[in-house]
Amino acid sequence: MKLSRYVLYDILRSKIVIAYTLFLFVVSVSMFQMEEDSSKAMLSLMNIILIVLPLVSLVFTTIHYYNSYEFIELMLSQPLSRKRILLSEFAGISISLLSAFFIGVGIPVLLYAASDTGMAILFTGAALTLVFTSIAFYASVTARDKAKGIGSALLLWFYFTLIYDGIVLLILFSFSDYPLEKFTLLISALNPIDLGRIFIMLKMDVSALMGYTGALYKDFFGSGTGLLFTTGIMTLWIVIPLWLAVRKFKKKDL
Amino acid sequence: MIRIENINKRFKKLKALDNISVSFEKGQVISLIGPNGSGKTTLIKSILGMVKPDSGKIFFKDEYINGGFAYRKDIGYMPQIGRYPDNMKIGQLFSMLKNIRNEPEENLDNELLKEYELYSMFEKPMRTLSGGTRQKVSAAIAFLFNPPVLILDEPTAGLDPLSSEMLKEKILREKKKGKLILITSHILSDLDELTTHVMYLQEGKMQFLKNIETLREDTGEIKLGKAIARIMKGEDPTGNFISEILNKNN
Repeated sequence: MKLSRYVLYDILRSKIVIAYTLFLFVVSVSMFQMEEDSSKAMLSLMNIILIVLPLVSLVFTTIHYYNSYEFIELMLSQPLSRKRILLSEFAGISISLLSAFFIGVGIPVLLYAASDTGMAILFTGAALTLVFTSIAFYASVTARDKAKGIGSALLLWFYFTLIYDGIVLLILFSFSDYPLEKFTLLISALNPIDLGRIFIMLKMDVSALMGYTGALYKDFFGSGTGLLFTTGIMTLWIVIPLWLAVRKFKKKDL
Repeated sequence: MIRIENINKRFKKLKALDNISVSFEKGQVISLIGPNGSGKTTLIKSILGMVKPDSGKIFFKDEYINGGFAYRKDIGYMPQIGRYPDNMKIGQLFSMLKNIRNEPEENLDNELLKEYELYSMFEKPMRTLSGGTRQKVSAAIAFLFNPPVLILDEPTAGLDPLSSEMLKEKILREKKKGKLILITSHILSDLDELTTHVMYLQEGKMQFLKNIETLREDTGEIKLGKAIARIMKGEDPTGNFISEILNKNN
């Protein structure tokens, strides 16, 4: 894709991605430096990644989309299909965010803790970056102006990091008399952040503290089926919003 | 070359294009004229496929466009406001477009690049450019691939008199090659020497598409500006209303 090369080049020239890379790098290295125990460091790192990655992916993608509006317009006056233009933009943004993640978090993790848990963090981080870039594309193609676009991106972030968990907890408390293990497994799949968290946690020793549900989870996610399940759900979370965005973009007036 | 059949476009309450049917042929230079918000840019964008009409069909070289994109290789488009990726240099922008289009170098038209001395600015990032320079870049891009159809949206707005004159000369040269050129502009004196036909839009409706000679005969005015002013006065009922009151008071 020739086009995404230019999108990528434009993004890499702006300082935001470089600052983001540096931030991730500094945070990861200081986590490993401060904590003696690398698994404790990994736990803190996971918590930061699960909050920061979705937020940056959402906001950066939305802002970039609106800033390149005129560029998209220029491309539309060329003999290029709308699908190709949007997918090139997606490829450009995801490649730059992924490389920021792999340099900022990947290198420290490989240096300090190249374990199973480390790999799970890298896998989850990469998947979440793609998921939230994809969701941000759908939000920005749908919203008419920049303020609405960024607003809805932030709202989505609140939903996935805070509100969703609140609702889940409420349900679990109100129906605590019933066996909910299978049900929690299902609803965790409906939130990519929760899914990522469970996937990483079960690679850690702390999962032993999670009781019966933890054991059930460990049974499921520890197996090959669990990895397949996580990959499958994450892929759906990437493909569906992107597909909806392309469909909407094809009909949109620019 | 371009045939438009009954296209309608509505933006919420505003009717931007109201059942427009028109046909443009090779060798014509059409001036799209009308007040702000009369649908000129919407019409242009519909032809380019940027705006999707609610109903109606557009044909390019007798082929129904229908969401396709390949036909755009035959159209050079200069937008009203050209904005480009901030960090890209002018040289990169041109090499990117060439790269996307894959045209052999000998088919390219670099005249405006030379005339505007853009080659000497190839290393400048787009974000540092003034509005006028951006406009020059837009113009150079529109002519670059030597397309048989040119669509220029307010081409001279923001250009200094010398550059604007150069652009007009360029348009005249392309006109002589028998290209179809669509121009919108509010500076009617710029259009005087270029145009062969005038299309007048108002509130999304096409009022007329006339040969410039006919228009001059009908109105008895040589200058396009005066001819249009006469038509606007004659056809606009509110205009008549005001002049009636003025006459009474006198």
